Amino acid sequence: MYDIIIIGAGPAGMTAAIYARRASKSVLVLEAKGYGGQIINTPDIENYPVEAHISGFDFATKVYEQAKALGAEFVFEKAVDIKAEGDERIVTTTKGSYSAKAVIIATGSENRKLGVDNEDELVGRGVSYCATCDGNFFRKKKVAVVGGGNTALEDALYLADLADTVYLIHRRDEFRGDDATVSQLKQRENVKFVYNSTVTKLNAEKRLKSIEVTDKNTGETTTIEVNGLFVAVGRIPENQNFASVVELDRSGYAVSGENCRTKTAGVFVAGDNRIKDVRQLVTATADGAVSATEAIKYIGTLS
Amino acid sequence: MAVVEVNKDNFENEVLKSDKPVIADFNAEWCGPCKVLGPILNELSDERDDIKIVSVNIDDEDELADDFDITSIPCLVVFKNGEEVNRNVGLINKDQVIGLLGGD
Repeated sequence: MYDIIIIGAGPAGMTAAIYARRASKSVLVLEAKGYGGQIINTPDIENYPVEAHISGFDFATKVYEQAKALGAEFVFEKAVDIKAEGDERIVTTTKGSYSAKAVIIATGSENRKLGVDNEDELVGRGVSYCATCDGNFFRKKKVAVVGGGNTALEDALYLADLADTVYLIHRRDEFRGDDATVSQLKQRENVKFVYNSTVTKLNAEKRLKSIEVTDKNTGETTTIEVNGLFVAVGRIPENQNFASVVELDRSGYAVSGENCRTKTAGVFVAGDNRIKDVRQLVTATADGAVSATEAIKYIGTLS
Repeated sequence: MAVVEVNKDNFENEVLKSDKPVIADFNAEWCGPCKVLGPILNELSDERDDIKIVSVNIDDEDELADDFDITSIPCLVVFKNGEEVNRNVGLINKDQVIGLLGGD
């Protein structure tokens, strides 16, 4: 039995591992994909104290090496369930099960999908959830961005510098994102606004060729030829597998205060998957520190 | 066996004409998830003699990336007897990479 199992090897989880190992607790980090979490997609981090510029990959790699050097064990399996039996917390993965005195859930979030046919098949064949990652494939081509928040607006602005035409498709007639970005976009000749509309169909021939857009008010459909579709309609916290031990809000975020505790003793949450106002790298690592400290405190109360 | 860098000139020989199943890793230097996936593929390549893993730098080999309709990386494309049989976009773990090879 481990002292602490941490689910998720992003900045929150790996920081928790560092704190727990420095307190001499045995630590298993379970990660479904590879280390790093969402931050590895960020080309340049400019708002994390100490380094003026660091890539998300370099940042994550340093934290990973630091946690490993301190003795945290990493296993790359997806956690699918947590059970509380007495003082034992049992985590089941796709391959086996592991037990610990305390568990920290630091699974972060994943991209919300549009939910139209063929979307999954066309990921990487025209459909993307990350403009800064995939924008380069669409130089001088036609692309569409779906969404109305800051991510969608910033994606559209980023793509406007690369692509021939950017259609910004939004289901309302007003954006939730910053007015300043909206006015910047309005000055771009190659950005076309498509309001009150949703994407209802993806047409492909090996790769995305066009999208069907439906006007919510008139029901009228239009086909727009695009090579790329950038979906920026929010993120979904990855808590679905843990609803039996953690209370979730309507959007699926884990209910917890700044102390990272949940409704189940010995189960903690850290990072983007919990309810919080500010989701930033520095608040994720802060959660890592707090959750580990709380977990260590909790273990101390066990006989 | 080490991961082999391939380009448009040797792609046919190294990949399409290979007698072993091939995993082609489309990647780039600026792509964070690709750099996390790279060492996983190196490890797998060293462990398995029955498969071949090749790396395609999409900035140098944009024609190849275009030929295979790659619009997001990392993208792993599995070839058997010169035919694409499977692909995955995005970072995955080692077991999932092995899973792409299918059973036969």
